Amino acid sequence: MAGPSLSPRLPDDADVVIRVRGLRNQFGDQVVHDNLDLDVRRGEIIGVVGGSGTGKSVLMRSIIGLQMPAAGHIEVLGTDAMNLGPDAAKDLRRRWGVLFQEGALFSSLTVAENIEVPMREFLDLPDELMDELAGFKVAMVGLPHDAGPKFPSQLSGGMKKRASLARALSLDPQLLFLDEPTAGLDPISAAAFDELIKVLKQTLGFTVFLITHDLDTLHAICDRVAVLADGKVLAVGTIAELLNFDHPWVREYFMGPRGRAATETVGRAAEGATLHMEER
Amino acid sequence: MGAASFEETTGPGEIRRLMVRGRLTIANIKDVVAPLRAISPSGKALEIDLSGIERIDTSGAWLIHRLVSDWTAAGTPATVENASDDASRLIAEVAANDVPVAIRPPPANMALLRLNRIGGSVIHAANDIGSFLAFLGHTMIVLGQTIIGRRPLRWNALVHQCEAIGVNALGIVGVLLFLVGLVVAQQGAVQLRAFGAEVFVVNLIGRSTARELGVLLTAIMVAGRSSSAFAAQIGSMKLNEEIDAMSIIGMSAIEVLVIPRVLGMALMMLLLGFFGVTMAILGGGLFCWVSLSIPPVSFVQRLQEVTPMSDLVIGMVKAPVFGLIIAMMGCFQGTQVRGNAESVGTHTTKAVVQSIFLVIVLDAFFAVFFSALGYN
Repeated sequence: MAGPSLSPRLPDDADVVIRVRGLRNQFGDQVVHDNLDLDVRRGEIIGVVGGSGTGKSVLMRSIIGLQMPAAGHIEVLGTDAMNLGPDAAKDLRRRWGVLFQEGALFSSLTVAENIEVPMREFLDLPDELMDELAGFKVAMVGLPHDAGPKFPSQLSGGMKKRASLARALSLDPQLLFLDEPTAGLDPISAAAFDELIKVLKQTLGFTVFLITHDLDTLHAICDRVAVLADGKVLAVGTIAELLNFDHPWVREYFMGPRGRAATETVGRAAEGATLHMEER
Repeated sequence: MGAASFEETTGPGEIRRLMVRGRLTIANIKDVVAPLRAISPSGKALEIDLSGIERIDTSGAWLIHRLVSDWTAAGTPATVENASDDASRLIAEVAANDVPVAIRPPPANMALLRLNRIGGSVIHAANDIGSFLAFLGHTMIVLGQTIIGRRPLRWNALVHQCEAIGVNALGIVGVLLFLVGLVVAQQGAVQLRAFGAEVFVVNLIGRSTARELGVLLTAIMVAGRSSSAFAAQIGSMKLNEEIDAMSIIGMSAIEVLVIPRVLGMALMMLLLGFFGVTMAILGGGLFCWVSLSIPPVSFVQRLQEVTPMSDLVIGMVKAPVFGLIIAMMGCFQGTQVRGNAESVGTHTTKAVVQSIFLVIVLDAFFAVFFSALGYN
């Protein structure tokens, strides 16, 4: 039923950074993914949506190697991500950054030390330079100038997300994974965070794999949206294309009251922070 | 391969030219950081030529930006030439974010810092004692209310705690006390043999284990097992805001979490203490039988003659008191957890150390108390 333009598979010669083929994930008898395909183009922001329990996070964890799939093939940045030696895996991990849902900052380290962790782990740089790099990363993600020596427990939810983003960007990754970056943020912070990711993506030129429930985020920054349902990626396309896609969940999602509100707001509002109901 | 490098040439006119090559990315800049920083303004203008770079990221852009801004600050013009669009965009981005940012807390005067630390720990200790007394009082009140029936007793939780504290500890406490009984008998026998008084080993076992060792060692074992568990459980619940959720629903955390643990611990310490004494006597008896040829019947007979009932009673009076103090210390340290996972670890350690410490101090107090009462 999906038109050719909504297929999760791109042509073989497309410039992709993530290629997933025939992915199968199961926990006991419960099959989360079955024969799932997905392609992510270089330089795009792809939004992954789906109902609760459709395995959005599991898909992300499979791609970044935290979850061993039962079957399938995953290629990230041109490397077979499923059969890597320890060195190759380390090399690959250096080229992506991950923002976990709860931030996952190391609670016993300060914000600045958190940002420096990947540098210390992978590289041998002078302390002074690492401090400077951590300093401008703090400024770049929009944290206040006194946030560096603070511990994660002293930060608000939005600041934790920003600090965690700064850590994810520590090594200038080519690929950024974001797991519900705006969940739990107030609408203004959420809009500001969307804007931040968009601006950073434009300047730093990375690819973004974004899991979200937030319709506003989808409208504001995503180039394409992948819909996860029935253990597969049902369709990938722009929101306008997906509006015509004939599937009950997709229709309910985009054409339900919240979906319509978000669509209308985007139609009306100028760029920048907009104030309307958050998804949750 | 591809690592960043640069060379300096003197361009036309009084200009220094810096030709940068290779990959100016965070993984490849290690070797150029120090030499680039070493180029200090010398009065001549500087031109940085970026035409030879293969790639650049924010770290590379930061290096270039720092060089330019250092020179400009020194009053010598520095310019970037032949930068690609990407490079100029990145350099502009890092320049926009070059604001003073605190990385570490400002360094303080060492003497003041030391004084501050001493003062802080005194206040902290006083605060700790105060909070513990408050916690003790609060728990006592809730316990009293539970006993007179103004508050419900959570039977399910109590039974579960009894299993975790008591039943699951039977194995380890039994083995430990059995071995201690054995060792006391063996060491005593070696000493008493010199006087030909080996039969007094029975006195030694009976009196030392029933009154002191049996209960004390059980308490130490239980403190290590359960006090730490209480602190960690309550501490992580606190981090997870479960304690807050309880108080919002209207459940008292003391009633739900602390009382079952405290009551369960007091009850189980009584039973475990008795079990421990029994196992120690068994261990000693086995040694007497095997090594000293005192048959079990004579052993039991002599044990009855030489060990006054008061020894066992004193031991069994102490056991629940130790249990109360162990459980309360564990729960108290759990409620003191603040902020992060490290705090759970600190307070778990404190729970074990302080409950064992208190148990031994209390034991000494009991020893003085009961001998003052005439029980020798």
